[in-house]
Amino acid sequence: MIGTVTPASKVAEGVPAVVSSRFGVPDGHTLAGYTSSGSYKGYEALRQVLEMSPAQVSSVVKDATVLGRGGAGFPAGVKWGFCPPGVWPRYIVVNGDESEPGTYKDRLLMERDPHQLIEGCLIAAYAIGAAQVFLYVRGEMPHAQERIAAALNEAYAAGLIGKNILGTDFSVDIVLHWGAGAYIVGEETALIESLEGNRGMPRLKPPFFPAAKGLYMAPTIVNNVETLANLPWLFNHSVEQYRSVGTEASPGTRLIALSGHVNNPGIFEVPQGTTTFRDLFESEIYGNGIRTGHELKMFIPGGASAPWFFPEQIDLPLEGRLIGGQGSMLGSGAVVVMDETTDAVRAALRLVRFFARESCGKCTPCREGTTWEEKILQRILDGHGRPSDIDLLLDVADNISPGPYPVAADPSNDLEAIPFPPRQTTICPLGPSSVAPITSAIRRFRHEFEAKIVQRDLISVSSEPFAEVPAQSSLSHEAAGHV
Amino acid sequence: MTRFSPANLRLAQEIIGLYPVAKSATIPLCHLAQEQDGYLADDSMAQIAELVGCSSAEVLGTASFYEMFKMHSVGKFCLGVCTNISCQLLGGEELLDHAEQTLGIRPGGTTADGLFTLEDVECIAACTEAPAVQVNYRYFHRLTPQDLDQLIEELRSGALDDVVPAHGTLGKVRQDLGEDRIANITPPEDQTEPVWVRRHRELAEAAAAADAGTPSAVGNDS
Repeated sequence: MIGTVTPASKVAEGVPAVVSSRFGVPDGHTLAGYTSSGSYKGYEALRQVLEMSPAQVSSVVKDATVLGRGGAGFPAGVKWGFCPPGVWPRYIVVNGDESEPGTYKDRLLMERDPHQLIEGCLIAAYAIGAAQVFLYVRGEMPHAQERIAAALNEAYAAGLIGKNILGTDFSVDIVLHWGAGAYIVGEETALIESLEGNRGMPRLKPPFFPAAKGLYMAPTIVNNVETLANLPWLFNHSVEQYRSVGTEASPGTRLIALSGHVNNPGIFEVPQGTTTFRDLFESEIYGNGIRTGHELKMFIPGGASAPWFFPEQIDLPLEGRLIGGQGSMLGSGAVVVMDETTDAVRAALRLVRFFARESCGKCTPCREGTTWEEKILQRILDGHGRPSDIDLLLDVADNISPGPYPVAADPSNDLEAIPFPPRQTTICPLGPSSVAPITSAIRRFRHEFEAKIVQRDLISVSSEPFAEVPAQSSLSHEAAGHV
Repeated sequence: MTRFSPANLRLAQEIIGLYPVAKSATIPLCHLAQEQDGYLADDSMAQIAELVGCSSAEVLGTASFYEMFKMHSVGKFCLGVCTNISCQLLGGEELLDHAEQTLGIRPGGTTADGLFTLEDVECIAACTEAPAVQVNYRYFHRLTPQDLDQLIEELRSGALDDVVPAHGTLGKVRQDLGEDRIANITPPEDQTEPVWVRRHRELAEAAAAADAGTPSAVGNDS
């Protein structure tokens, strides 16, 4: 078939393959493959868990500090504990609506190792006391849907899901649900709205978080695919072994999708907290260097919503709190590398356009603000920018996220980092996320914006014959070269 | 209102049975209707409303929020070129320009022969394989403009019909819970404390009582 490439996935020597051990196994997605290959024996963890009490299972997950892999990085075990005691039923919703630009890991986990995710769901359901699990898979991923449906059918037939699992009194149903294309549905309350059959608009919180009032107003735990996929390995090994990789605050491994201008883009399972961006970009087993003949201009450390980093931040480790203090976030494990050929305005516009298109329209600052951000950036890129446009952009941004916006330090201009997260005038973080590329680009590459605006000024005051003024158009991609 | 075929109507009822509350089946049923017709017809939305117990305006309200539901007929192949950041960096926008020229349409348009609808899509989670394209949501990775032309040719000739089903068909494997294996799909209000949770709670309470030596003093923490 045309242009079909198997994504690379390698682990460094000495690093356990916690979630990616079956990525390269041809039948790793089947029940037989799951129980006979990989870094542990499939469904063994479930057997062990069924001999423990739900409280014991929760405390193992808490002690191991399994951090949420969806973006916020909140410890899963702690989240589980937020369910109000004695309130039934409880639901689990698995967030497989992966759509943060740059993120490509959950799709692979669902396509290559669906049973690992299912076993993770069962462990969580047992611990929480869930009445039902909903596996919400992004609509645009039919291959993942097929693999999960087939795996669920196999597991139901084998007595691993449904009534009296493995002959015990543990019973739970796991239902596969498809989305239909909306980035905002990755936000947990929007995900719940969507699962209830509504428009995917986030709910106001506080007062009620999903753990207290979620799906059908019942206590609901929403966990990311990768978070739950960590559980089978954890219960096949030990808390100590899980914590032996990474750091105290960020133990274990995580999947990183490294894309953009590197020689070897791919999905890599790396130790959290200790691996640096330099390791990712330069190590032979990972990125194998910035595109040959080019140099790093900037990079996005955690998906489109994350403020940009620059060459000065390359030695920072992938540690959530540390990255937050430095003005960005690790987010969903999406690292996008941009070399010196990248036009900062064009890149910022593309990211902002994404948020403008995906804004659900519930909150005015986001609905109107992201639209204006896109319009202003587009006219700057088209050569119709006005001298006041840079300040106007920052002003619009300030209405969505008031006050200083998180940004990386700029030592050459003596500017310090402003820590994450941003403030927001909106219900969810989508609107404020649209500000990240704008403030990052303007703070570091203001001259690129000004250059495009100045050219336009020359046009308006020039006494030269009109025909000799170079045309500026958004369609002149070829003239502008590669982004 | 009928629009679903008898077989799909049975399937629709099975799908509704997977949820504690029928309205949750709205999006899956819209997908089923789109699989049947290639797009989501007004009649379908009216029928879905009857099936899940809401108004057809509510179904339209939900369906119109989501990118994948098409309210009018589209090409046999929806060709989505990703232009978001990772693909943009490696030529996604140029690839879209090329597709526009090859097909002679702008994003959102459909070719006169009804074969292709072109779309400028957001991130499709294939970032390390940029630039990426989906045809009816089936992936094609790392495409050059020449690869794209070849892909369009092969689609047109029917050579990829096994790989790329007609627009509307997503996962071809459906979940089958098996009548006798379903644990407990009932409305939320009919649910109580799960059996295994109660057993462990009672065990813990009994152990605590034995520790304290006064059986009557425990079990009141709920």
